[in-house]
Amino acid sequence: MSEAPTAIATYHPAIREERVALVDLLDRVLAGGVVIVGDVTLSIADVDLVTVSLRALVTSVSALVEGMDDSREDADGR
Amino acid sequence: MTENPCVWVYAVADDAASAFTAGSIGVGGGAVRPLSAAGLTAIVGGVARSEFGEAALRQNLEDLEWLERTARAHHEVIETVARERPVVPMRLATVYSSDEAAAGMLRERAADLRQALIRLGGRSEWGVKAYVAISDDRADGQQPETADPSAGPGAAYLRRRRAQLAAHRDARQEAMASAQAVHAELDRLSASARLYPPQSPTIADRSGSMALNAAYLVGDDRAEEFEAAVTELAARHGALQLTLTGPWPAYSFVGQDGTEDAR
Repeated sequence: MSEAPTAIATYHPAIREERVALVDLLDRVLAGGVVIVGDVTLSIADVDLVTVSLRALVTSVSALVEGMDDSREDADGR
Repeated sequence: MTENPCVWVYAVADDAASAFTAGSIGVGGGAVRPLSAAGLTAIVGGVARSEFGEAALRQNLEDLEWLERTARAHHEVIETVARERPVVPMRLATVYSSDEAAAGMLRERAADLRQALIRLGGRSEWGVKAYVAISDDRADGQQPETADPSAGPGAAYLRRRRAQLAAHRDARQEAMASAQAVHAELDRLSASARLYPPQSPTIADRSGSMALNAAYLVGDDRAEEFEAAVTELAARHGALQLTLTGPWPAYSFVGQDGTEDAR
């Protein structure tokens, strides 16, 4: 414990070499941001649905790649 | 004969933003330009109807590569403008069929947007995530292997496994308590806070589960103080691994109508 690093990573989204993590960006541009429905675009509810299905998609893709990990027992660990 | 492009809206800024030198390329390869009405300026760009019309959009949003490209282009334009002046960022895929329709939105929501610009001026968003830190010695349950050799390897394995699980549970409980303390402290330093649901370990691409996924709206004059506080909290709470990102445009602090505060 004594030599545990102060685990802090700081980066500026504007700096190109250190790319903004896609998942952080999507949290913001889909869940945040002003929801003004343009006259062409999807309704608010639709975008929420897209977000949900997207998460499912990402989860299933990475599950295929990584196989089982021990996140399972953490998931509802009691 | 090409069809009329749709109008993608990135953000809204004050009127002076019309001086924003356009010419950078945004979503869908469209040039970015200002569009002014009602004393406000929308930062917009033309996008092809065939790619960004309603039906196409619905499909493309499900395509991860397309989504990533689009989200990054959207973000980059907003970042560029946000460096110069306060902006109200639009959610991804806010598209109008014409300039007139987008200008109509500015007129209709002028009062709300102006208020939001004032509230967000001189402030930026910072993202803080906390992961449950499970150090190897705790997780692997390194108790000596001396006990009761007659019980056999199966029992030893079960014992070790139980110790492991207990260690995980303890680490998690400690981490949750720490996460609350971290949030309380950072909340105090910020003008607003917003909690996102924790990202699942697979999405977040990390092994530990997430105990906190928060955004804070912090005055730019307090940014250093905020960063220092995160560093200090990271040192104080060994049960957590903290990550800090920012400054972001204030995506998380504009509500459904551009005015709503997070608290």
